[in-house]
Amino acid sequence: MTTIDTRSPDAGSYEFHVFEDEHAHDDAAEHHHETGTMLGFWLYLMSDCLLFGILFAVHAVIGQNYAAGPSPADLFEIEKIALATAFLLLSSITYGFAAINVQQNNAKVMSIWLIVTLAFGLGFLYLEYLEFSHLWHVGATPMASAFLSSFWILVGTHGLHVTGGSIWLVILLVQVQMHGLTPENKRRIMCLSLFWHFLDLIWIGVFSFVYLAGVLL
Amino acid sequence: MSADTDNHASHDNHAHGSYRSYFIGFVLSVILTAIPFYVVMAEVDISLLWAMVIIFGLGAVQILVHVNYFLHVSVGAEDGWQFMSLLFTATVLVIILAGSIWVMFHLHENMMPAHDTIRRVRDLQ
Repeated sequence: MTTIDTRSPDAGSYEFHVFEDEHAHDDAAEHHHETGTMLGFWLYLMSDCLLFGILFAVHAVIGQNYAAGPSPADLFEIEKIALATAFLLLSSITYGFAAINVQQNNAKVMSIWLIVTLAFGLGFLYLEYLEFSHLWHVGATPMASAFLSSFWILVGTHGLHVTGGSIWLVILLVQVQMHGLTPENKRRIMCLSLFWHFLDLIWIGVFSFVYLAGVLL
Repeated sequence: MSADTDNHASHDNHAHGSYRSYFIGFVLSVILTAIPFYVVMAEVDISLLWAMVIIFGLGAVQILVHVNYFLHVSVGAEDGWQFMSLLFTATVLVIILAGSIWVMFHLHENMMPAHDTIRRVRDLQ
């Protein structure tokens, strides 16, 4: 909003003319005029970003203290990480397609894309479960070394976020089934969209830093 | 509005992107992911330093691709608050990460190895 005041020559008082921001007309998306939920949710994501940043910093500091235990090169199977990365990246683009159909009020197509997204998300979680249970069975538990402590907490926190996002996705699918694409449901779907893409972004840091660089160092 | 946001609006139907913009982001991400994985999995014969440059450099570029094509952050959105909060968070993250690595690296370097400590204590007598 831009406010311009002009002194009217005769009365000697101020008149206020209020103009709408041009940009607000451009994208005319209703959430801009809503409650600010999207901005609030964005600020939550930024705080979550700091949480992950601290976990990355911890891993940078203690991630090479193997305490005579296994090192990343002994433990990680990069082929499986590549597959998990592909799942998460595919789930990001399918969520994008769902978000486009939200704008077009196409509840049916949107639900299909959300189900595809959920399938990729669950595929990612299954691969992570296989990896963690394998590590546990070979004795690479969080208690084994400083490296494994920070590895489990960092990758585990990301995995918990994806689990939370998947549960949220199921709840939203039920909500849309029950009430259709109401403004509230649209807003929730756009919040989860930010959350889901954000998790994919964090995963870039995880596979680059923890897995790829870990195996080489 | 800046030229940047105008450009953005011209090929995006709205703030949530189009099939085209998601597809561009996806293809870029696949390329930027595939290269570092290839370097590690195929055990390409390059120095460790170059491998790290590729992994972290392309990772950083991919993060920017995600921010632009998937999260749709633009300078004008939410009266600039979205972009400002992102810049603030990025600044804090750089301080946390660079500071931790820097301080702890020097702490590690300056910790005397055990055998050195033992020899010095012996020499004192």
